[in-house]
Amino acid sequence: MTRFLVRRLLTAVLTLFAVSVLSFLMFFGLPRDPVSGMCPKNCNAERLERVREELGLRDPLPEQYANYMKGIVTGRDLGSSQGGRCDAPCLGYSYVNSEAVTDTLTRVVPVTLSIVIPAAVLWLVLGVGLGMISALRRGTLLDRLAIGFSLAGASMQLYFVGAVLLLIFTYNLRITPTPSYTSIFDNPVKWASGLVLAWICLAFLFSAIYARLSRAQMLETLSEDFVRTARAKGVVKRKVYGRHALRAAITPIVTIAGLDVGSALGGTVITETTFGIQGLGRTAVDAVRAGDLPTIMATVLISAVFIVVANIVVDLLYAAIDPRVRLR
Amino acid sequence: MSLSPVEGAARAEMEPAADPVKPDEQGIVGRSPGQLAWARLRRDRTAMVSGVVLVLFVVLALAAPLIAKLYGVGPNEQFQQLLDGNGMPLGYVGGITGDHWFGLEPRLGRDIFIRMIYGMRTSLFIAFAAALVTTAIGVAAGILAGFLGGIVDTVISWITDVALALPFLIFALAVVPTVGLRFYGPREEVPPAFQVIVLIGIFAAFGWTSTARLVRGQVISLREREFVEAARASGAGLGHMLFRQLLPNLWAPILVAFSLAVPSYITGEAALSFLGIGILEPTADFGRMIFQSIPYLQTDPAYVFFPGVTIFILVLAFNLLGDALRDALDPKSSR
Repeated sequence: MTRFLVRRLLTAVLTLFAVSVLSFLMFFGLPRDPVSGMCPKNCNAERLERVREELGLRDPLPEQYANYMKGIVTGRDLGSSQGGRCDAPCLGYSYVNSEAVTDTLTRVVPVTLSIVIPAAVLWLVLGVGLGMISALRRGTLLDRLAIGFSLAGASMQLYFVGAVLLLIFTYNLRITPTPSYTSIFDNPVKWASGLVLAWICLAFLFSAIYARLSRAQMLETLSEDFVRTARAKGVVKRKVYGRHALRAAITPIVTIAGLDVGSALGGTVITETTFGIQGLGRTAVDAVRAGDLPTIMATVLISAVFIVVANIVVDLLYAAIDPRVRLR
Repeated sequence: MSLSPVEGAARAEMEPAADPVKPDEQGIVGRSPGQLAWARLRRDRTAMVSGVVLVLFVVLALAAPLIAKLYGVGPNEQFQQLLDGNGMPLGYVGGITGDHWFGLEPRLGRDIFIRMIYGMRTSLFIAFAAALVTTAIGVAAGILAGFLGGIVDTVISWITDVALALPFLIFALAVVPTVGLRFYGPREEVPPAFQVIVLIGIFAAFGWTSTARLVRGQVISLREREFVEAARASGAGLGHMLFRQLLPNLWAPILVAFSLAVPSYITGEAALSFLGIGILEPTADFGRMIFQSIPYLQTDPAYVFFPGVTIFILVLAFNLLGDALRDALDPKSSR
């Protein structure tokens, strides 16, 4: 177990290293001048030079990379126009936002978390529940309705559904306020009402996929011998389905759920754009448009961290669900 | 050299039986898995309907110039005289008339029907090409990783992990304009063919991972089977093992993965258009059309409705067909 964890963590670090090198090369090694985008509007040649100097863009790429990494681990001193000393997870300074990138992230990451976590709970419960029920009631009206729902949901476009929801609930019926983010600690009611449309939208589309998947898995499991054996032994139906079959059916779903939640945490770009909420995804898109290198790097890195961590969690969950999986 | 009995069967699967299989045939007739799957597919009404719908879409897309000629309106023709002072189409339901079946675009006044036909051509081409490329890369990587195991497997699996950890949309957003800038100056116009190639390339770079994982898993379970052992014992080379022994056994999952990949690239391309990258004006493109129509949801619902519903039907048909294919190719399925 410990050995597995250590090996898993090592690969995770290696993966993150590769991601950071790749994105560093991609964004800092671009043919166009990275500075022009980052300079404030009234930019003269002299100031451009200074920015270039302070970002260390004259140094060879490996040195820039080393400095960047050092900043994350120990913090580093940035030029005076970049707010001076930058403490340990230092991700650089954004001229576009006029603040340290770490500050930007601490502001926008909670927004994305607030969108994704409730939505994920909703879509997992709804999707897996619906899939299980329709598998157990195969061929009934309920099953057919569930299949219809999941096929329709899986074939729809997020921004399309989002726009329709907005039109109906916010502009026509005026049930929900214009989507916005308020911290849950300031005002939980406002937090929920501002994000509820985004949750519903994400949950609708994702639960459709999960319903389809878990229905197929459950049907396959129900035809396995061990389910029949358990029934033949006289185990109660509910226990067989709830304990024996569900456990076996849910394993592949955990893998996919881990990946989905992980990548959603890295920024729900389309959702945030549709509802005009400034989360991690929107920030990344804005940064790319403005050529704001430090912010781009930081958003790419943090979403990679989310995915890698989600993968490790999935592996651990696997072992908990399926005793046959021995972590070596 | 054909040592495996599975191979011949699988080859038949590649070329579905030419003569229709009669389900009620008396007596015992030997049938290959391919024939069985085809027979099952033909009995599946949903599959047949969605298949016909897809063929219709593809034919419409391929015949776009011909349709434009018959319809009498080109994709870039503007009908400003049919718009009111605010640039909204005159008449009811977005300006639907006998000449303009689905009405006109607000502001530019182009015909929606013919732009959809042309847009479908762009979208379907990108989706099919991207699905082909990603499936090819994914199969090659997965089969190598699964069969060779050891260090090759570790490296390929790790590359898969890295590719999965990169945020696709952000990278696409950064790469697409830069590549255009690199080959064409900031003032020059990027030709549509180049935009298409860039999009296919970016889908290929990120999309192969899921197929690779799928194929790798399948190969690992096939690797220890007798027919592989037999081939190895009789001195088959690596190429023969991979492509003549293993690959034929993988057609079913690959086909399913392919048919489900196409709709995901159609929607993926639409999502990229939504973020402002992708195919630029004036080339007609389905994804961009939907994204451009959304601001008119309240003022001109017909403009949103036609492209939105069409892409929904298109993606739905692909999903249904993919599901049916999975059922038909699964030897365990009872249907």
